[in-house]
Amino acid sequence: MTQSTTEIFDQISELMAPFNTKSIEIKPDTSFATDLELDSLSVMDMLAAIEDHFDITVPLNILPDLETVGQVAEAVKNILDE
Amino acid sequence: MTTDLFEKFQSTINDYNKLPVGELNPFTVRMDEVISPTEAIINGRKTILAGTNNYMGMTYNEECLKAAEEALRSFGTGTTGSRVLNGTYNGHKVLEETLKDFYDADYAIVFSTGYQANLGVIATLAGPKDYVVIDSDSHASIYDGCAMGNATVVRFTHNDPENLEKRLARIRKKDQDAGILVVIEGVYSMLGDQAPIKELATAAKNHGAYVLVDEAHSIGVFGKTGRGVAQEQGVEHLVDFTVGTFSKSVGTVGGYCVSNHPQFEALRLVCRPYVFTASLPPSVVASANKALELIKDSNLRVKLLENSKRLNKGLADAGFNMGTTGESPIAAIIIDEKFTAVEYWQNMMVEGVYVNLAVPPATPNNLSLMRCSLSAAHTFEQIDYMLERFIKVGKKLGVLT
Ligand SMILES: Cc1ncc(COP(=O)(O)O)c(C=O)c1O
Repeated sequence: MTQSTTEIFDQISELMAPFNTKSIEIKPDTSFATDLELDSLSVMDMLAAIEDHFDITVPLNILPDLETVGQVAEAVKNILDE
Repeated sequence: MTTDLFEKFQSTINDYNKLPVGELNPFTVRMDEVISPTEAIINGRKTILAGTNNYMGMTYNEECLKAAEEALRSFGTGTTGSRVLNGTYNGHKVLEETLKDFYDADYAIVFSTGYQANLGVIATLAGPKDYVVIDSDSHASIYDGCAMGNATVVRFTHNDPENLEKRLARIRKKDQDAGILVVIEGVYSMLGDQAPIKELATAAKNHGAYVLVDEAHSIGVFGKTGRGVAQEQGVEHLVDFTVGTFSKSVGTVGGYCVSNHPQFEALRLVCRPYVFTASLPPSVVASANKALELIKDSNLRVKLLENSKRLNKGLADAGFNMGTTGESPIAAIIIDEKFTAVEYWQNMMVEGVYVNLAVPPATPNNLSLMRCSLSAAHTFEQIDYMLERFIKVGKKLGVLT
């Protein structure tokens, strides 16, 4: 069963809840560093939650390219489709 | 306007500029004279060295000094070349034999630093279709080895075998044949905690992965003959590659990797951080060789851990929030505020005690630490002095109530 990027984004938004301490609205262009003010450790924890939820491996190598929630959703989709 | 290449460092520079210039800057310490493994003159003050990773106090060992001096006179100040060209002297081969004997291993390769050993071994062994799976608290040299190589890099939660197992299973589900290298450290240098090698390596073996253990902070310190944590835990048979350094217990500089893999020697041909750098100077090689012989049969590790227990217990009893337990040669006090940690460090310098100010990103969990590494060469008197000064400063800054 393939999921659309929107479906994936919605699930990721839910997974973000514990990390969204300022309770801002999560949109595809919401950035981890500037909008959510997550430090690199929290980003790692969040990615671990995403990996567990989708049962995938998000390689460390692609981290530098992931600045926004939308980019993560896109990356997760690519990994799921591989 | 074109981009100023230094622009990206501006926030680091701004942070740095908040620190005072001169003797109270934690990043510009200068040792004007070194008196012994445990004492130096810094800012004109006699200072106890409590943060130099000189675990065995080997830097001034008479036998090591003598070996280095002899090699210096006989073989000169440097090799001026790579190991694969003109930079392999008899001493380098002898040192590799000593390492093989020390670890009872089939193969040993000496690198110019421990950093380069990790860089070279990890980046070379794990190629484009392979995976490197590393502990989240890994040393910078392990991260950099990953960055330099072309393998897919996966992190597991620090010292968590179940988490490692889960990640390996996911990799295997996707790719049954991939080569996988799991990288862990014997002792983690900031909080002195040991890896549960048996559990981690068993998870690795269950998925057909190789295991590399970096014993940088544990060689000399743990195990019956000082091989490190794998020996201490009785699990050497589960380890495929052991990396280490001569820059701590061995008291000089250099790195190594030992292994029983039958093709291990091939690294000498393909490992760029081995090939494209000059080899260690003969005097360094000679002192490392002597120090390894001494460490093997020494009971200095008993004294070292006694020292560490004494400081750790003293600090814990005084009410400090400790990151360490005294099971390793590290003593680390957790300081709530980074700024307080800087101030603490400055006060300790004025009191004549050099410790490490350890702050993120060098530390796990964003901790700010006053980190001490004990030496077997410390006397109880010196330890009690450190303790007393830690307590004095702690009260002054309100860290201790
Ligand atoms: C875990 C670990 N690995 C490797 C190194 C690098 O050792 P070297 O000082 O020989 O480059 C260090 C030392 O800083 C270390 O702590």
